[in-house]
Amino acid sequence: MVETNLSRRNFIRTSVGAAGGLLLGFHIPEAEAAKTESRPWTTPTKGVEINAWLSIGEDGTVTIRVPHTEMGQGGMTSVALMIAEELDVEWSKIQAVFADPNRHLRNNREYKVMSTHGSQLVWLQHPHIMGAGASARERLKEAAAQRWGVPRSEVTAKQGVLRAGARQGTYAEFATAAAGVKLTEEPAIKQAKDWWLLGKDVLRLDIQHKTNGSAQYASDTRLPGMVYAAVRACPVPWGKLKSFNAEAIKNRPGVVGAFDLRAVEGKRGQPDLQDCVAVVADSWYRAKTALDLLPIEWDFGDAAKVSNASLSAEAKKALGEKGLLTKDDPKALETIAASKKVVTADYERPFEAHLRMEPINATVHVQDDRVDVWSPTQDQSAAILLVADQLGLDPKNVYAHTMFLGGGFGGNGAGGTGVTRQAAELSKRLKRPVKVLWSREEDVAQDKQRPMAAARLTASIGANGLPEAISTRALWFAIDKMNQIGPATADYGIRNMPYNIPLRHHERHNLATHVPSSTHRAPGANQTGFMTEVFADEMALAGGWNPLDWRIEMTKDKDDWQRVLKTLKEKAGYRTDLRRGEGMGVAVVACHGTIAAACASVTVSRRGQLAVEKIVIVVDCGHVINPRGATEQIEGAACYELSHAWFGGLEMREGRFVNTNFDSQNLLRIDQAPEIESHFALTGGKKWGGMGEPAGPPVPPAVANAIFAATGKRIRSTPFRLHDLSWA
Amino acid sequence: MAMTLNINGVSHSVDIEPETPLLWVLRDAIGLTGTKYGCGISRCGACTVHVDGQPVKSCQTAVSAAVGKQVTTIEGLSKDNNHPVQQAWREVGVPQCGYCQSGQIMSAAALLQKSPKPTDRQIDEAMAGNLCRCGTYQRIKAGIRRASQLSGA
Ligand code: FES
Ligand code: FES
Repeated sequence: MVETNLSRRNFIRTSVGAAGGLLLGFHIPEAEAAKTESRPWTTPTKGVEINAWLSIGEDGTVTIRVPHTEMGQGGMTSVALMIAEELDVEWSKIQAVFADPNRHLRNNREYKVMSTHGSQLVWLQHPHIMGAGASARERLKEAAAQRWGVPRSEVTAKQGVLRAGARQGTYAEFATAAAGVKLTEEPAIKQAKDWWLLGKDVLRLDIQHKTNGSAQYASDTRLPGMVYAAVRACPVPWGKLKSFNAEAIKNRPGVVGAFDLRAVEGKRGQPDLQDCVAVVADSWYRAKTALDLLPIEWDFGDAAKVSNASLSAEAKKALGEKGLLTKDDPKALETIAASKKVVTADYERPFEAHLRMEPINATVHVQDDRVDVWSPTQDQSAAILLVADQLGLDPKNVYAHTMFLGGGFGGNGAGGTGVTRQAAELSKRLKRPVKVLWSREEDVAQDKQRPMAAARLTASIGANGLPEAISTRALWFAIDKMNQIGPATADYGIRNMPYNIPLRHHERHNLATHVPSSTHRAPGANQTGFMTEVFADEMALAGGWNPLDWRIEMTKDKDDWQRVLKTLKEKAGYRTDLRRGEGMGVAVVACHGTIAAACASVTVSRRGQLAVEKIVIVVDCGHVINPRGATEQIEGAACYELSHAWFGGLEMREGRFVNTNFDSQNLLRIDQAPEIESHFALTGGKKWGGMGEPAGPPVPPAVANAIFAATGKRIRSTPFRLHDLSWA
Repeated sequence: MAMTLNINGVSHSVDIEPETPLLWVLRDAIGLTGTKYGCGISRCGACTVHVDGQPVKSCQTAVSAAVGKQVTTIEGLSKDNNHPVQQAWREVGVPQCGYCQSGQIMSAAALLQKSPKPTDRQIDEAMAGNLCRCGTYQRIKAGIRRASQLSGA
């Protein structure tokens, strides 16, 4: 019998087994998969540290310290793979743990970057990650060379064994000596043709823990003496807290108290903390129940007048006004004005929340000599700085613990961690560990949203049916108190569309809003990809072109676009002659150094019921280090964007978002999920691109174009659910 | 109110308001954190556990309703992480962030208990209450088919 009494609760440690021995590396038959732990931030690393990235144990186990976060994108596995490739050690000997963010800070940013964003891990960071493995390998070789009295060039390092002539020894035997070696020159990283591990299908390292409930997320943190907080910020962002009546709940079971937390005027950028009330209790449910009963008065301010309709009207007005020029061919507007055949269309997309499955949370423990932080952040460095700033402490005394993230999608970066301030402030006041967990409603209402966006695109079509000039005006609502996304993102994807249109005129507006915004899986491209690529179909059809052939024709001087589009043509069986109610649509979008094309097949019933049957996606991300992981990201990103485009859209009334849980806001469900077929059309060589985001943006326009093919109804705004798709 | 619960074959005594959702008793009182919170209103499935073999949303199940019944959570689904669904999930490579997966696995295990060889439609029906933001649906379907084979159905 296990006794659990909430009022005299002890800290109970779950002790579910860590990595078992039954992992199978499917396409590396000779090797069992490498291991990780369910609490990889606490795992003691055995052995000798060769450099900050890895230690080698006596038994040959290599522990890799992963500075990145694991939010589903496979970052932990990717880092381990790249290091194992260079080090040349059996995959089954690899163990991954999360690196210590405090160490990174103390040692002058020893891991270069401790923030995971922008699909950059493989794309932009492979040189220094692989470099760390290569450096360790060369130092092992140098240690052997010195002991054996041979030049380093005669020593080989393969699968954990060093050899020169008849002599050989394991990496473990030379680890201590290697740790002391200084190289005069760091080695170059391997070329793709020399890879033995990268490029093969590998099962993700954390899979055991993600199938038995033992993977620990920030919201799973449990500490001795910990209390729980439920919080409510002003439902209208940046509104002021007037008062609350703590008396009303003081006798509720388990309640410790109600506390006000205040926005700090003048703080910009990441360090947001809005006016809010926190109810603290001995369990989260007790805290949340009491918070729901707490009378709170807010001063909503002027923003309480804003609604989806008022924002839409504002957007329409701005589309009629001149914006900032980002490209101006002087003849573009003239040519359009003089043309007999002009296509023009307005597009609009709403605010979207990240809706990661793990609601935002943070646990902070403030003690006299140190502060510990457990948060689902994508940016551990920012979490440390944020907490240090809130408490007025030296960041060197703040210890962040990297946890598995229940999704991130760009929302848990530097700016998505205001919750960490709440927990820090409460722990300071209460002198005990505090876990703040946002209810789903709070998580959506107080998220840093993907900005609402709109655009007007106009083109003139020449005699050959191809556009001769284009004029665009794009806008979004991203100027808020925190300004976390650069203004240039507003027309990213439009001003740089790949099509060879001879004359181009591009403008943008950035509009002010009270809604805090932040990056969101494939920023910019996730909104503008829809606009550009639906418009591409409109231009193609106006000129009498097949939309896929049009895209091939319009990018004919660009090898990588040709490779992607021709592969799509070969694989997808795109047709424009289906019977009514059935349709196929294509789209292609580039972001994060990667090009992704999609072909969607849909059916629409006469009554307007949409079914997305299948999506074929072709990607050029230069190189793929783990096809299995990359394919997961294609499938995931496609569903992610389809979900927003079909079912998403935040609704604002009186300055606040009202559809804040899954009863009023749906995500894509299994019975609506299409079959997704993934292909790679890789350029290779010097080209590297990101993989966590780019497959999403072409999906909504491909589906919208397929709906047009099926019904003749042109969809220029999302979500699709608000459109009448019925046909006769 | 003092109550005795049977969770994964172990009895636990808890003293708590009887209307408290089972989810929070599992997570905060007992420390079985494999069962997740996603919505609290029975719309996401992250909190799915078995009560007497039936899948239920523990965020909408009062703890008092579980008294006298066998509660199984992800931690108790198998001793060695080798329930056919767990095996299949690894073969197919279902989880990404993993946060929804305890619920997915518990729903899938209950489905296969009832229908060892489920049709596509039965899979859709049984799993439609489990959201996955990472979009692992295609692999969930493949995982269920594979688990069905592994169970010898
Ligand atoms: S938390 Fe129970 S269904 Fe979402
Ligand atoms: S795996 Fe991330 S929500 Fe399903």
